[in-house]
Amino acid sequence: MSHFFAGLLRLKRGPWEMVATILIGLGVFMLMQPFVLWAYTYSFIVTLVGTVMFIIVSHFPE
Amino acid sequence: MPDSPATRAAAATPVRVARKIRGLSDRAIAWIFVAPTIFLLLAINIFPLIWTINLSFTNFKANRIGREVKNVGLRNYERILTDSDIWLNMQATAHFLFWTIFFQVLIGFTLAYLINKKFKGNDLWTTIIVLPMMLSPAVVGNFWKFLYQPQIGLFNYIVAFFTGKDPSSFEMLGSVNLAPWSIVIVDTWMWTPFVMLICLAGLRSIPDYIYEAAEVDRASKLRQFFTITIPMVLPFLMLAVLFRGIENFKMFDLVVQLTGGGPGSTTELTSINLKREAFEKWRTGYASAYAIILFVTVFGLASIYVKALNKVKER
Repeated sequence: MSHFFAGLLRLKRGPWEMVATILIGLGVFMLMQPFVLWAYTYSFIVTLVGTVMFIIVSHFPE
Repeated sequence: MPDSPATRAAAATPVRVARKIRGLSDRAIAWIFVAPTIFLLLAINIFPLIWTINLSFTNFKANRIGREVKNVGLRNYERILTDSDIWLNMQATAHFLFWTIFFQVLIGFTLAYLINKKFKGNDLWTTIIVLPMMLSPAVVGNFWKFLYQPQIGLFNYIVAFFTGKDPSSFEMLGSVNLAPWSIVIVDTWMWTPFVMLICLAGLRSIPDYIYEAAEVDRASKLRQFFTITIPMVLPFLMLAVLFRGIENFKMFDLVVQLTGGGPGSTTELTSINLKREAFEKWRTGYASAYAIILFVTVFGLASIYVKALNKVKER
C-alpha cells in the first residue's frame, strides 16, 4: 500500500492509471445502477474525470 | 535497368512532378503520403466531435436553422443527468449489455471449444453456426418477430413443448418482463458466432506441443484447460468482449425492428432514445450532450479495456 502511495507521489504511471481506472469503473457503475438517482446524476463527471486522467497519466513514466 | 513496378511507376511520373519530388526530403514525402489520411480523419471524425461538443452547450434545433442559437451552458447535461426516464434507459442498456455479453462469451467459447475438436463434418458445422452473423439485422429482427408471434410463432411452440404452457399464453415482445429478454435472445443468437470465431482463432493458435508437454507431465485435462487453454485464449476473448460491448452499447437496428423500444420504454436503449431526441423531437443541442455522455462512457471503458488487453498479451 505504501508502495502505491509512493508511486502516486512520484507521478508513476501504474498507480495513477489504477486511480483513473477505478474512477471510470465507478462512473460507469453509477451511470447504470438501478438504486439511487443522485449516483446517476454525478456519474458523468466521475467518468469524465477518470477518462481525462487516464489520457494524461498514460504519458507518465513507468 | 530492371523492369520492376517501382521503375515503371517512376517512368510514368510526369517530369515536372518527378523534379519537384526529387528536391523533397524523406520526411516531406512521408507527410505527402500521410496528409490525405490525416485530412480525412480530421474532417470525418475530429471535426464532427468538436462540433457536437460545441452544440451540446446550445439550444440548437436542426429543423429550425434560422432560429437564434443561445448558449445554455451546462443546462443540457444537467437535464439529462437528472431525468429519471433516461436513467431507466441506461438501466435497460446495462441489462442488455451485461446479459448479451455473458451469454455470447459462454456459448461462443463452448461452441469454439467443441468445433476445435477434430470430427467429421467440422467445416460444415462451422458454416452453419456462422450463418446468423451474415444476415442483416433488419432481416433478423423481422423474422424473429414472426418466431415470437404468440399464435403462430415457432419460439412460443418450442417453449410450450418443454414447459407444458399454452403457446398463446405469453407474448415475448409484448410483455414488460419478457421483452428485455427477447432482445437478449436475438442478439445472442445473431452474434454468438462472432465470439465463437474469435475464440476459435485463439484456440487454433495454441501449439500442440504445449499440450504434449503437459501430457508428459501428467497434467489432467481439467488442469490443461485452466492453465493452458484459458490463459492463451484470454486475449482473444477480451477482444471479443470489447467489440461486442462497444457494438451493443450502440445497438439500434435490431431492437427497433423487434420492439421499437416498447412495451412502454422497457427496451428503449440509449441509442434509440438518442435518435428520438435528435430526429423526432429535433432537440439537437440536448441530443449532442446526450451523445457526448455516451461517447465519454464508451471511450473510458475502451481505454481501460485496451490497457488490460495489452497487459494480458505481455504475459
